[in-house]
Amino acid sequence: MSKEHDAGMSLIVKVITRFTVGLILLYGIYIVLHGHISPGGGFAGGVIIALSFVNLMLAYGKDVALKKLPRKTISFFESTGALLFLSIALIGFFGGYFFLNFISKGEPFRLFSAGIVPFCNIAISLKVGAGLFAIFIALVLLKFDWEKKE
Amino acid sequence: MIELYILLVLMIVGAIVTIELKDLLAAVISIGAVGMVLSIVFLIIKAPDLAITQIVVEMLCFIILLRATLKKDLPFSTTGSWLFNTFVAAGFIAIFLFVAVKAFKDLPEFGYPIMRVANIYLKEGLVKTGASNLVSSIILDFRAYDTLGEATILFTAVIGVLTIVRRIGRKKKDEIVEEDDE
Repeated sequence: MSKEHDAGMSLIVKVITRFTVGLILLYGIYIVLHGHISPGGGFAGGVIIALSFVNLMLAYGKDVALKKLPRKTISFFESTGALLFLSIALIGFFGGYFFLNFISKGEPFRLFSAGIVPFCNIAISLKVGAGLFAIFIALVLLKFDWEKKE
Repeated sequence: MIELYILLVLMIVGAIVTIELKDLLAAVISIGAVGMVLSIVFLIIKAPDLAITQIVVEMLCFIILLRATLKKDLPFSTTGSWLFNTFVAAGFIAIFLFVAVKAFKDLPEFGYPIMRVANIYLKEGLVKTGASNLVSSIILDFRAYDTLGEATILFTAVIGVLTIVRRIGRKKKDEIVEEDDE
């Protein structure tokens, strides 16, 4: 095996993770996009997206996971989600008030319906996913000096 | 309804076991079991949105607890007199119970509240927002201010964690920062 596969867990875990991590990411995106139709929503979907990257990091070590999602990208997504949610709310001022549902409602039970609700879900999922993965990285990877010597 | 009470008793037992166990790994696993049972309780009382969120957040907390805190040597603090500590704890529990009994008498009955606002949401939610998931239509349309506050809380929490554990804030005066060995 090559050198970069030395870190992380055993071969069995790595092979299983290679098969399942994409499915977990897809399921998170599905939960986010169907948040206004079926149970779920931005928060749960964002946590599932973060969990897929956590799974990658636990199985393959920090190098592979941080190559897929570098720290700059994490902070970019975190800030983008917050600003997107706030700007959706602010655009409502053009029609009248804060958080105005300014897009047409559409037909219920369709994917493209409910006005601004899916966009808010996407913004919250970006924020939650990037933020929780950043917390995980900060709590697991960063270590004090006296911890390293043990 | 009986299965709900069985699950609640199971949660209380799990919490007590968590406190009493000496092994940290076993304690983390049993607090994880409490969270899983809580998600089943949410399913039984017909709140699938909460059940999904609970089980997912529980998994993330479980992994963080396992990876981040398990290797550390956590000190067990037993300073002060045993008698004084017990009396203070019992006193606070008694005050809490007294206030809780007083307060819960004023609450409306379980499942039979006035529901004036909720009735409007239930009747007009689908028409006004077009979202067939009513929970989603409430948290992102009727009550979007609350969601904005929640998002702000999460943002502040992330910034706080990153500020406290970042590398530069921790270095001593004569220490050289090494960026590559995190």
